[in-house]
This record gives sequence, C-alpha cells and structure tokens, in this order.
Amino acid sequence: MLQILRQIVKTGIKTEPAPAPADAAAGIERLQRDVLRTLGRALTIRQVDAGSCNGCELEIHALGNPYYNIEGLGIKFVASPRHADLLLVTGPVSKHMAIALRRTYDATPEPKLVVAVGDCGCNGGVFGESYASLGRVANVIPVDVEVPGCPPTPTELLQGILAAIKPRALPR
Amino acid sequence: MDVSRLGLAAAPLPSAVPAKRCPADAIGLVTACRVSWEQGGQLIALWGCDERDRDRGYAVNVVLQDDEGLMLVEHMLPTSDSTYPDLAGIFPAANRMQRATFDLLGIASEAEDQRPWVWQASWPIDQYPLRRDFEASPKWEPGQEEYPYIRVEGDGVHEIPVGPVHAGIIEPGHFRFQIVGEKVLRLEERLGFVHKGIEKRFEGMQAAEGHRLAGRVSGDSTVAYAWAYAQALEALAGVIPSPRATWLRALALERERVANHLGDLGYLGNDGGFAFGLAQFSRLKEIVLRRSRTAFGHRLLMDFVVPGGVARDLASGDAAAMREECTLLEREIRTLRAIYDEHDGLQDRFRNCGIVTKELAAKLGLTGFAGRASGGARDVRCDFPYAPYDVLGVNRSGAASGDVAARVAVRFDELLESLRLVRVIIDAMPDATAADDLRAPLPAPAIHRTALGYVEGWRGPVLVALECGPGGSIRRCHPHDPSWSNWPVLEHAVIGNIVPDFPLINKSFNLSYTGHDL
Repeated sequence: MLQILRQIVKTGIKTEPAPAPADAAAGIERLQRDVLRTLGRALTIRQVDAGSCNGCELEIHALGNPYYNIEGLGIKFVASPRHADLLLVTGPVSKHMAIALRRTYDATPEPKLVVAVGDCGCNGGVFGESYASLGRVANVIPVDVEVPGCPPTPTELLQGILAAIKPRALPR
Repeated sequence: MDVSRLGLAAAPLPSAVPAKRCPADAIGLVTACRVSWEQGGQLIALWGCDERDRDRGYAVNVVLQDDEGLMLVEHMLPTSDSTYPDLAGIFPAANRMQRATFDLLGIASEAEDQRPWVWQASWPIDQYPLRRDFEASPKWEPGQEEYPYIRVEGDGVHEIPVGPVHAGIIEPGHFRFQIVGEKVLRLEERLGFVHKGIEKRFEGMQAAEGHRLAGRVSGDSTVAYAWAYAQALEALAGVIPSPRATWLRALALERERVANHLGDLGYLGNDGGFAFGLAQFSRLKEIVLRRSRTAFGHRLLMDFVVPGGVARDLASGDAAAMREECTLLEREIRTLRAIYDEHDGLQDRFRNCGIVTKELAAKLGLTGFAGRASGGARDVRCDFPYAPYDVLGVNRSGAASGDVAARVAVRFDELLESLRLVRVIIDAMPDATAADDLRAPLPAPAIHRTALGYVEGWRGPVLVALECGPGGSIRRCHPHDPSWSNWPVLEHAVIGNIVPDFPLINKSFNLSYTGHDL
C-alpha cells in the first residue's frame, strides 16, 4: 500500500488543460459551463466501432489517460447507447455493422449527437466503399461533426467532441 | 520438413525468412500437414486464389511452419465443384480459415462444418468477392443471417448473447455464452462484423502503394503489417533494404510492442479492479506515443515502414530522448511490476484464471506471446532472425502456467526486453552511407510469383503473402493475423471460469477483430 501511495505522489498530476474546440477559441471554464448548462452534469459518450482498423480506438482510449483526463471534464464513456448523449463512431461502416449501428443510433435518446471519427469515418479512408464497406458514417446515420485524421490525435478528438456540443450549449 | 520424402518437390520461395513452396495433390496436402504436425509444426495460414484466368482453376494455399522455416503448400482445384481435404482434423485452426475461404471464393473443403464464417448475408450467398469476375451491386443491402449457434441444454443452463456492439471501447464481435450460475460452460464466437473487403481492395492496387492498406489491416500492429508487406514486395523486386533502414524498422516494431504491452497491462489491472494500474500504464504509454510523434511524425507509426526502407530518419536529438525515455520506463515498469506482483487482490484475479495448458496450446496452435505464456517457444525474431534481428539477438520470453498471470508476466518480460533492444538499436545503429540509404528505389516486382513476408508483431507472427501482376499491380495479397490461430483458443480458455472473468481473460490475449475479419 505504501508503495502504491508513494508512486501516486511521485507521479503527481499530469492532466493538461483541455484544447479549444475545433471551431472557436473558447476557454475551458466557459466550455465546462456550456457542458453543464446543456447536459446537466455531464456528457456521456457511447463509442461504436463500425468497422475500423482499431487505430482510432487506440486514440479514443488515450483520451482517458491522465494527460487528457476526459472524465475530469465531465465527459464519460458509457456502456449503453440508452445512457448516451453522443455517439462517437469510427468507420468505415462495414456492411455487417450497418444494422447494429442504426440500432445503436435508434436506441440513443434525443437530443443525440454523432461525431464521426477518422478519415474512414469521414470519407471511407483507405477502405473506401465496396461490396463490404459503406464508407463514411454519414452514409448510414446523421453526423453532426467529423474529425478527420488517420487516426486523429486525442487532442483533435477532444476538439471534435467539444465542437459537437458547443452549438447546443448556446442559450435557448 | 523434407517433403521430398513425401514425394513432393519443393522450390525456394522469395522471403526474408527460410521459405519453400511445393505443389501438392490432395493426398500430398494432407500428408504434408500430418507430417508437419507430427514434427511439431504449426498451421500459419490458409487462403484461396482464383486462377481461372490462367486456366488453373482455383488454388488453395496452406502455409506451415516448422523448425526449418515456412512451407507454402499449393493445391489446385480444377473447378469450384471440386473440393479439398478438411485440414481441421490435423490443425483445428483450419476450420474457420476453410469456411472464410468458401465465403470469399466459393471453393469448399470436405469438412462437415460448412457454416459461413465471414459471410453475413450482406451479399448474395452465391456471389464470391475474391473471384476475378465478381461485380458488386449497389442493390445489395446489409443483411442479417440466422447463425446456427450450438446450444447447451440442461437444468439451469442459460445463454448470454454479447455484441456485436460491446460495452467498452472495443472492436465489434459476437460472443454467445452458455452458462450455469455464473460458470461458463461454453463460449462460441461469431466474428466477421468488421469485414470491409481488404483483400479485394488490394487487387489491382499499385504494389508500391500497398503498404498503406497493409498498415491498416490492424492499426495496433501497423508496423508489423507494413514491414511484412514490405518484406514480401522487396523479395519480389529483388531489393535488400539498407542496414540502417532495417534497424529503424526494428526500432519502430519494438516501440509498437512497448506501446501495446503498456496499454494492455494498464487495462489488465483495471479489469482486475485496480484502476491505479490503468492510470499509471496509460501515462507511460502516452509518453511513448508522444515521443514517436516527435521522432517519426506519427503516434502509432503508421506509414513509417515503406517498401524499400523507411519514410524518415531518426535525428540524434530524438535518439538521445529515446535513451532517456528507456531509463524512465524501465524504472517505472519495475516499480509497477512489484506493485502488481504484491497486490493480493490482483494476483487472486490473475492466477489460475483462463488457463491454456501447454498441451492444449500445442494442439490448437496458440501463437505469439500467448503461446509463449503456455510453454510454447516460437518467436520469429529468434527462430528465423530476419535483419536486423540476426545481429540484435532477442532473448526469448516464456512462462509455463498458461493463465492470465503467465500472459501478464510474459508481457512484462517482453516489455523490458524490447526496451533493451531499443537501447541497443539507438546505440549501435549503422550510419547511412548513401543518399538513398533510407529508402531504396524499387524495381518492377516479379510477376506471377508468390512471396511471403513474416514479422513477429507484438501479438504474434504476421504473415503477408503477395503476388504481383503486370505493371507493378497487386494480383493477390493475403494478410494473415495471428488472431486467426488464437481466437478459437479463447473459447477454450474461458471454459469453467466465471462470466465476470471473461473481460480479464479476453484482454490478456487482446486479439484483433479487424485483422481477422479483413
């Protein structure tokens, strides 16, 4: 136990300030305020791999590490679409995942946001469209924000997620 | 394996590892497999090829590995009505490869099990994508098939279906558990959900560009795939990359191994209820990824390995930073390993959980680090040290107990060994001597010859079989992930364990869905 505590103290806090959303240079406090106003206490994300090479998943995982500390921003990955405010979808959408993706989308309560991740999620990427691939996520479900990159970095992912919730955060 | 005793004629095959090719009739194919099995050999891959345009019908290609190297056994079928022998009785892993070969090419084995494997009703059942005259129709809608899962019946037995969309940030696949209480009686996997037509996509592509697609077969192994692809193409083009280029490739491959083992050790702690481990290991992984981005321009090292060499050099400042990083990582990993080892709660979850015995591992062909955790010894870097591993010398890792604890121990050992290799590479890497030293120009590849690339990725051996056609185009490329061999073993590893231990057992293997589904 002492060793664990020593390691925790020695490691210290590694979390870095969150980046500005992709389309504006709003401060982090403002963003958190926006998140809280729009979504109550937190934003919940359901990630769906609709056919990716798993590269995007590695970077989505990285969002949870101490440097990006996505949970510290009030953003949490959840296990069911029924608990989710936002779907984070990687592509290309394989034909075999199209029905599962649509069902996941249908199971997500309104108002739902969709962020398409990666070059494949945005335009089919190296896999394109074929007998087995439907290409971009927007070909299957409505998409609010696209985050290109192969794969996008955690910072770019965070910017995309924040950009998706920002319009909804405006006073209504 | 000396196939001449079996009445077969073997010829050398272009490859960076010892490899031969031998044509065989049905009896020859079965005999070669049986003799290989008796001599401790393994089935590495099985795939098919449409050769009707060359009036040769269809080819069934089987790659076997033994102590001497790889053997590509090629068996021709005159028409799609002919069948080839079921090899699953000798190598159980052949079952799914045979079924996938039928789904994609329409040639069947003589096996009793003819259930589809990759096909999920999204294209007509009588259309085969890997036939050269295949034409996709925009009218084909995504479908759903009724897959005949095997059910266990009896008092108190019930079924838990999981997936394809899983609860975490994981790739899609379906798991069907038959359980009583919380004990798993049987697990059946259903994969193919991320089948996105990679093999068809390769067809007709310029071979010199194929490394980008190869590097995205399984993103977590991008270096291993790009390297295996480059090996195959270089063998066909008669190019030997410069020593500095191969050393840089090894640097990238070992860094890929370090990053993946760090990530998984964190999640293994987390799945064992120890969130501290995830925070610590994911922090260390991030340090590695950031350094890769600074040094090579990409966090996961995608597109770093290119045919002929590598995309960029390592600057001396980055080399010095990597050396310091090794010191930091080694210190931290030793501290964390001691914490893991002494944590009773974690060890209670790790030990005797998800056991694959040495006998079972050998029978089912468990490969990669998981195989080495079950008393196996194969590691391509040690067995057939392609450059620069012939000079580097890799210390083989291993454990005998075959449980989650053993796979954790092997990952720790391989992590430290890779960091040692990174140091050696940085300190002893040969200098560039000529202008094109990093990326040799690529002459036109030989046509109508199959070459093999074979690289020990972090998960296990990655095979790429490549054949080129006229004009530098790809005629056929089959990338083969070690997950093909290990997925069936996972079904056995969970038997008798409790359902809540499944995520832990699954993560201890961490198999690729995309690398398998293609």
